[in-house]
Amino acid sequence: MQRVTRSAIIDAPIDRVWAILRDFNSHTAWHPVVAESGIEGDEPSDRVGCVRNFTLRDGARIREQLIALSDRDHRMTYCILDADVPLERYVATVQLKPVTDGNRTFWHWQSTFRTPRGRERELSEMVGVGVYEGGFAGLRQYLARGRAGAGLGDARGAPIESDAIAFERTGGPEVLRPVRVVANAPGPGEVRIRHAAIGINYVDVYIRRGWMPLAAPGDVLGVEASGVVLDVGPDVTNVIPGDRVAYALLPCGSYCGVRTVPAAQVARIPDGIDNETAAAVFLKGLTAEYLLHRIHRVVPGEVVLVHAAAGGLGTLAAGWARSLGATVIGTVSTDEKARTARDHGCHHVVVTREYNFADAVLRASGGRGADLIVDGLGERGVRDNLASLALFGHWVSVGQASGALPPLASDALVHRSATFSQPVIFHYTADPARLAEMAGRLWQAVQSGVVRPEIGGRFELGSAAEAHRLLESRASRGALLLVP
Amino acid sequence: MIRVYTSSVIDAPADTVWSVIRDFNALPAWHPLIADSRIENAQPSDKVGCVRAFRMRDGGQLREQLLSLSDYDYQCTYSILASPMPLEHYVATLKLTPVTDGNRCFAEWSAEFDCEPARERELSQTIGQGVFQAGFDALKLRFGRR
Repeated sequence: MQRVTRSAIIDAPIDRVWAILRDFNSHTAWHPVVAESGIEGDEPSDRVGCVRNFTLRDGARIREQLIALSDRDHRMTYCILDADVPLERYVATVQLKPVTDGNRTFWHWQSTFRTPRGRERELSEMVGVGVYEGGFAGLRQYLARGRAGAGLGDARGAPIESDAIAFERTGGPEVLRPVRVVANAPGPGEVRIRHAAIGINYVDVYIRRGWMPLAAPGDVLGVEASGVVLDVGPDVTNVIPGDRVAYALLPCGSYCGVRTVPAAQVARIPDGIDNETAAAVFLKGLTAEYLLHRIHRVVPGEVVLVHAAAGGLGTLAAGWARSLGATVIGTVSTDEKARTARDHGCHHVVVTREYNFADAVLRASGGRGADLIVDGLGERGVRDNLASLALFGHWVSVGQASGALPPLASDALVHRSATFSQPVIFHYTADPARLAEMAGRLWQAVQSGVVRPEIGGRFELGSAAEAHRLLESRASRGALLLVP
Repeated sequence: MIRVYTSSVIDAPADTVWSVIRDFNALPAWHPLIADSRIENAQPSDKVGCVRAFRMRDGGQLREQLLSLSDYDYQCTYSILASPMPLEHYVATLKLTPVTDGNRCFAEWSAEFDCEPARERELSQTIGQGVFQAGFDALKLRFGRR
């Protein structure tokens, strides 16, 4: 029996390294000898028992099975099922440990196997040098990729000033004002991000109007952005400088160039999703995720009613709900938006500017009504939303574009044994583990094409008021971005 | 049970570092906080079960018992029999693992113990940083390659 052991110190925190290595299907991103990788049967890559198919750069093929995975111990074990190279009874274990002195990672990679007589040395070299040492070098290179681009220059440890947009009093788009803000060097648990794109959301409008007391006059607006990590504070283990990340969080303040935020609230953007797409999709996509997977778990055959179905959230929710097997009914205000809504997955579209949609919903659903209502309408949609509910239906208010919702009578839902919810996304994302799960599902939906974010416009920071006007005019389609 | 974990990288082969730290009676030779040490009953310092009695530079007296020693795994485990620290059931492990990339070694020092909740933070800091990291810092200095 041959035993091969290689180990290395990687200059990145353990969580960051483990996030890559625990993905049994990640080698094409970082390992120099792996040309193609796929998990058989489209199973998740962290499902113990899943099988990956490698094609190496030299054309050799290997099938390997994940036989143990422990997030607690940062350890995984896998074996070769069959391979073009004669490695028999090959079992390998990857083990990470934290180097607390310097926030680095110890990586131990060990295997045992048998080879045909006389090829022990050659094959042990191939495994130890070609696969393991090559892997160490490849992962180091992969992690270093972004760092050069972070462009921190001389700013390390020093505050960084940038342009920002604040609202000077509550009111219309005209109350937005350019200001300068300072992003301090990150403290313990914090990261500093140079924004690449900032998502504009309807909640920004509500806050500006004074409808939601989430910020006070004088504060910088904005709840989401994407960008590149410039530097990280002590005890940050999930990201490193150069990583591309997205976040959605309170307090407000994302309408700016550089910002320091809690590391636990950022999610890394996977390769293959660009920064603008991430900013366009993050908050709205997380919202769609919790609407369809958490607040209400959509199952095939259900009817989902999506209001403003051509808008940022509407298009995402409609396409995602459809992929889950739901019949999706959208409401929009114009024929052109009806086309957009259909393009993004609505089976039926109701065009109305007067909030009369209940009859059409009941007709389209054969009298069943909606099992889930994704409602951004607010005040003027109340009557028809109540009339559109299916038995045990769930009406979820996520916005109030037509005006604040009036108090709901305590017997308003009894006719359908229905449920009304008014959830706050930030309550769901406050827990880092839940946020990671939500973001992971969102990125996967974007990469598989289930969620197709559309960018409706890009504006400089100084044109934020124009962007707000467009959003409020109901003339926009897709997500609006500020690009600092 | 409180758990303290400290780890570091020493720029020397595991064999070399192990030859210094495997001697249960050698703390004064490499750890800056230890003034002097002896093995009780004149036993050999690699006899599992032996007890070391040592004095810290601040005057504190401790007795610790060797519970396991593995030259194969570069690992030793010991418990505290008596100490000025307000803790109980203290068991610690010091372990080296070779780092093949660069011929260095990865050093881990961990401990588990019980104490009053109010003292938990302070004791964890004292042991993890004051004792373990201070020991690693001394080893790093001793084996530092230019």
